[in-house]
Amino acid sequence: MIRSLLSGDMPRSKFLGAILLVILICLAFAPFLFPGVRTVDTAARICIFVVLVASYDLLLGYGGIVSFAHTMFFGIGAYGVALSSTHLGRGFDSLIIGAGLGAILAAALALVIGLFSLRVRAIFFAMITLAVASAVAVLVSQISSVTGGEDGLTFKIPRELGPAFKFGKDLFGGELLGVKLNGKLLTYYLIFGGSLILFLTLLRIVNSPFGRVLQAIRENDFRAEAIGYRVVIYRVTATCLSAAVAALAGSLYAIWLRYVGPDTTLSMEIMIDILLMVVIGGMGTIYGAVIGATLFVLAQNYLQNLMSGLSSMTEGLPILPELFSPDRWLLWLGVLFILSVYFFPTGVVGRLRGQR
Amino acid sequence: MTAAPEHAPTMARTTLRDRLAPYAPFLLVPALAVAGFLAVQNPASWLTLTVSGLAMGMMIFIMASGLTLVFGLMDVINFGHGAFVSVGAFVGISVLLALGQMTGAPSLGLNLLAVLAAVLAAMAATATMGWAFERVIVKPVYGNHLSQILVTMGGLIIAEQLIIVLWGPEEIYFTRPETLKGALTFGDAAIEKYRLVAVGVGLVVFAAMRFVLRRTKIGLIVRAGVQNGEMVAALGYRLRLVFVGVFIAGSALAGLGGVMWGLYQEVITAHMGNQAMILIFIVVIIGGLGSVEGCFVGALLVGLLQNYIAFVEPKLALISNIALMVAILMWRPMGMIPVVKAK
Repeated sequence: MIRSLLSGDMPRSKFLGAILLVILICLAFAPFLFPGVRTVDTAARICIFVVLVASYDLLLGYGGIVSFAHTMFFGIGAYGVALSSTHLGRGFDSLIIGAGLGAILAAALALVIGLFSLRVRAIFFAMITLAVASAVAVLVSQISSVTGGEDGLTFKIPRELGPAFKFGKDLFGGELLGVKLNGKLLTYYLIFGGSLILFLTLLRIVNSPFGRVLQAIRENDFRAEAIGYRVVIYRVTATCLSAAVAALAGSLYAIWLRYVGPDTTLSMEIMIDILLMVVIGGMGTIYGAVIGATLFVLAQNYLQNLMSGLSSMTEGLPILPELFSPDRWLLWLGVLFILSVYFFPTGVVGRLRGQR
Repeated sequence: MTAAPEHAPTMARTTLRDRLAPYAPFLLVPALAVAGFLAVQNPASWLTLTVSGLAMGMMIFIMASGLTLVFGLMDVINFGHGAFVSVGAFVGISVLLALGQMTGAPSLGLNLLAVLAAVLAAMAATATMGWAFERVIVKPVYGNHLSQILVTMGGLIIAEQLIIVLWGPEEIYFTRPETLKGALTFGDAAIEKYRLVAVGVGLVVFAAMRFVLRRTKIGLIVRAGVQNGEMVAALGYRLRLVFVGVFIAGSALAGLGGVMWGLYQEVITAHMGNQAMILIFIVVIIGGLGSVEGCFVGALLVGLLQNYIAFVEPKLALISNIALMVAILMWRPMGMIPVVKAK
């Protein structure tokens, strides 16, 4: 049962399995284990980023293709839900339409970009996605009549998902283990369930024959072509799949925040976050996404406190307080990023599985 | 002994099309200028737009040329190239601001001296930085594109953040030196003086680069290295040293481009390198990775097209570059002047 759910890709390390189980349990019961607005928000962000990072890993870790447009696909999904909810009225149907259209648009865009760049050289893809993604980001903030520009869009999700919606009054008296049963709780479980399904789908994809061919192409594309696999088709398909999943993750994020804006979905900083999560967790293992995203989101929330502590400790010394100021945490992420690519290329999961 | 049979081969005459094909990219630039003239329909504005397009193209070329050569020679793709642009701009502009008395004086000589000092300081800073970048960041990941992209991207982030630490997060506004302000008028057309300077500097850099690559021994080694590095190494040249030299020179040029770009915009931010990077990538892709001439033509095309479109239909200006790239890649998938590699 578990084996088929995980598509035969077991964690292959007791310690790793234990960590994954702990993370799963914590996320599954987050509203009950850690009641509080901020912690539940953190848990939802972890769920969504696990899916986003896993979809990026399909491209980077399994396909060996670097893309800088992943936030663009993420944003397309988020804006899809926001626009459909704004124009079609609140309701589950508009959420589904928005998410579906977003995923289709993202896949189509990925197909076009992939066909243009991947047929020549995989390295073109990195450059072209960077150019296209930044053009789209500027475009979104320019056409403010549709997208709300820099301010973004705030929209209404179905009443059943709002905090004002209460249920279970008769059965449990409106509370379960001290947690109020309201729409926010439902939203969290919608996010959690959606993320879990997408995650297992990705696990299925990378462990299918398709995933094996993709890995073969990553290792030696010339040889894969010689054996008879059409390298371009496999790479483009991987790009489209990963874009569609990223868009769906974006839709979930938009539903959770009930807001979309360029900063939360399209910015280059999120792209860098994703890169870092993949590298820390371990490229080429979908489980790496879980570890990477969890560690990173937790660090993001709590590391900044540490840095402001360091900054005030070093007060009076030259430059040091500036270096440790919480606004400069991207600097330290960059250092961490380079160090992990050099010394830690298989990431946490690779280390735990004993691959050197 | 019989005479050799009559042999009078008839060579098929190459068609005009075949003979023009190698020059097609170079003809695109005047063709685009003519198309721009038809679209703008006003000689005065066309002249202004063309000069500013050429100026922009020259600056992009200066920034991009190092990147394309580094790729051609060692197959190293440097996503951190934009960092050199930002650092060059910040160092250069700081020097200019420090020399406020010289830039404020209405004397061409003093102004140019100040700009020269700024440019030299910027190029020295970025050359040193390029050397360090190559040693620390790029060297361990030769031959692995994936790690190169990731690591150099990390380098870009660090450089950007260090600029913010050293110069503060706000953008810095300033004015150009006194004699470079204002415009010259030809009939109805007003042409900013600085843009003429930029075009001049770009042409000089391009000519110098071509001279070094085509007429000197070191240029010969570099060109041979681009075509077949192993063979050059086998002949006893230390290609690694040549490569470090090219990397440093490319970084210094990016620094020069940064100062010029800063002077053009009259504002510098830590993210300017990142933004320039997007244009640089488009230019090196449409030019053909590794080709200096292609990079030059590509830069001029991007500069001209962006200016014409911004005048005719401002809304389309954003996607004009992407559209240009798509069109060129449909025409020649490896870029306009593909580099032939002996493999």
